[in-house]
Amino acid sequence: MRGGAWRRFRRHRLALAGGLVVALLLAAALFAPWVAPQDPTLLDTSARFLAPFARPAFPLGTDELGRDTLSRLLYGGRVSLTVGIVAMVTTVLTGALIGILAGYLGGFIDTLLMRFVDTMLCFPQVFLLLVVAAFVPPTLLSISLVIGLTSWMEVSRIVRAEILQLKEQDFIAAARALGASPARIMLRELLPNAAAPILVAATLKVASAVLMESYISYLGYGVQPPLASWGNMLTNAQGYLDTVPWLAILPGAAITLTVMGFNFLGDGLRDALDPRLRMDR
Amino acid sequence: MPPAEAAPLLAVRELAVHIPDPPHLLRAVDGISFDLDRGETLGLVGESGSGKTMTAMALMRLLEPPLSRLPTGEVLLDGEDLMRLPEGAMAALRGHRLSMVFQEPMTSLNPVMRIGAQIAEPLRRHLGLFRAEAAARAEEMLRLVGLPDPARQARAWPHELSGGMRQRAMIAIALACRPALLIADEPTTALDVTVQAQILELLRELQRDMGTAVLLITHDLAVVEENAHRVAVMYAGRIVETGPVEAIFTAPRHPYTAGLLASLPRIREEPEPWLPEIPGMVPGAGDRPRGCAFAPRCTRVISGCVAEAPPLLGEPHAAACWNPLHD
Repeated sequence: MRGGAWRRFRRHRLALAGGLVVALLLAAALFAPWVAPQDPTLLDTSARFLAPFARPAFPLGTDELGRDTLSRLLYGGRVSLTVGIVAMVTTVLTGALIGILAGYLGGFIDTLLMRFVDTMLCFPQVFLLLVVAAFVPPTLLSISLVIGLTSWMEVSRIVRAEILQLKEQDFIAAARALGASPARIMLRELLPNAAAPILVAATLKVASAVLMESYISYLGYGVQPPLASWGNMLTNAQGYLDTVPWLAILPGAAITLTVMGFNFLGDGLRDALDPRLRMDR
Repeated sequence: MPPAEAAPLLAVRELAVHIPDPPHLLRAVDGISFDLDRGETLGLVGESGSGKTMTAMALMRLLEPPLSRLPTGEVLLDGEDLMRLPEGAMAALRGHRLSMVFQEPMTSLNPVMRIGAQIAEPLRRHLGLFRAEAAARAEEMLRLVGLPDPARQARAWPHELSGGMRQRAMIAIALACRPALLIADEPTTALDVTVQAQILELLRELQRDMGTAVLLITHDLAVVEENAHRVAVMYAGRIVETGPVEAIFTAPRHPYTAGLLASLPRIREEPEPWLPEIPGMVPGAGDRPRGCAFAPRCTRVISGCVAEAPPLLGEPHAAACWNPLHD
């Protein structure tokens, strides 16, 4: 699978571009303290509402309190991407656990878990998020967990479908004939074979978690000022949309770039890892 | 009481798998009994649907729910009834005391685990070997099953091996813990004829060296003739004839066995213009006749055949027939 998948991935131009964008964003967030020209919370009332490129000290301009926009974008990226990745890990762990239990054990447990999934899917995620966010004090971790725990349902369905198909295969019967316990079969035999769809779902989930963080931060339930996130930068910019539009455009562009990057990466991985395309098996 | 050493390794008594399927009762396996001694090969022969694989799955207790609760009878391995064991204790025996090789080598290996790791797995689980020891034993097993360059093959992925090589790897996995009993369910059916001969030869060698008893399940009489010590012929969920290979192949007593042998192509000076066949079809597991299940297809049918099913009589060569041949 390995060599062929990479060959197919490389042919996918958009996916390569997406992967590159994602890598750049991650690097920018990781090295923010070294790259950022200013302290993102430093106020400078003598330099409010500067346009981009107006002064070399503030490459992308300043906001209503004279804070450097580029620095805030970089630090905000740290927050947004951290939330995105922690939420994705939560989503994948929960979704994979529920999906594998439902798929492998079947019967009553399957019915119970899948009806629970249906119930969760009945509510639009944003409302679910806002209800929970109203009761949970917003910290980085709590926001990530809340996003993760309201978006695992699709993953559990994907994993369950994959397990249902995999568990009928001969090598699972062979593993049982060699004395493997159910836990071992689920973790050692089934899970690694379902890795491709889980990986694809994971990349797409980072994108949607970044978007979710922006929603709830924009609505004021997410990351709280003065800590910058792309979402609350948008909230700030709202009052000046007609006079200083770049304050909204810049974080908006960062979100768009991230979401598109992860989505293209996910699409590319899906095509590259699609088992029907695995010629070399 | 006979002395303990005389007790067979495996004693199957009245093993049955009756599947309720209202309004029918599917008698997939219908009360079969046989013994298997240490180091012996018993060929279990029959057409598709005769209950061979169901028998193997019931012996290994590998039937999935809802079928898993259905088997009845006794399966004594060294005097211990496997049917009464809790699932955990049974899992500890699988791959350790009794093991199984499946029909499809192409799909029976985990595609995302290296060959060596798959052989090492039962060694670590059942014998408690550490990683390095298990890896060394895995390579040793690969050498035993005749794969060239075992160190390299241990690091190979299943898709890098051919069908024959994969079946060798499967055998290495199944025999890694030196089980007393190996169930081989059509181990060569999916392979080319030349590879088939090599794999059977390998099984014979390993059996001789390790003293493993083999239950060889196949529909291929030629395979049985060359590889088994004794034969049990299954028809419609029952054993209709059993005995030493030579006796059955030279003087079959059940008309079904005789029919099977007659339909086997042989190389002769004067080939027959056509190959004899047995008319009709195996009755479905739900609509077995009350008497002998073979009676509707049998040329030697007498009045008693349709009234009552014949018992399996004779020692060591037994046949379940009211009107047997070679009497």
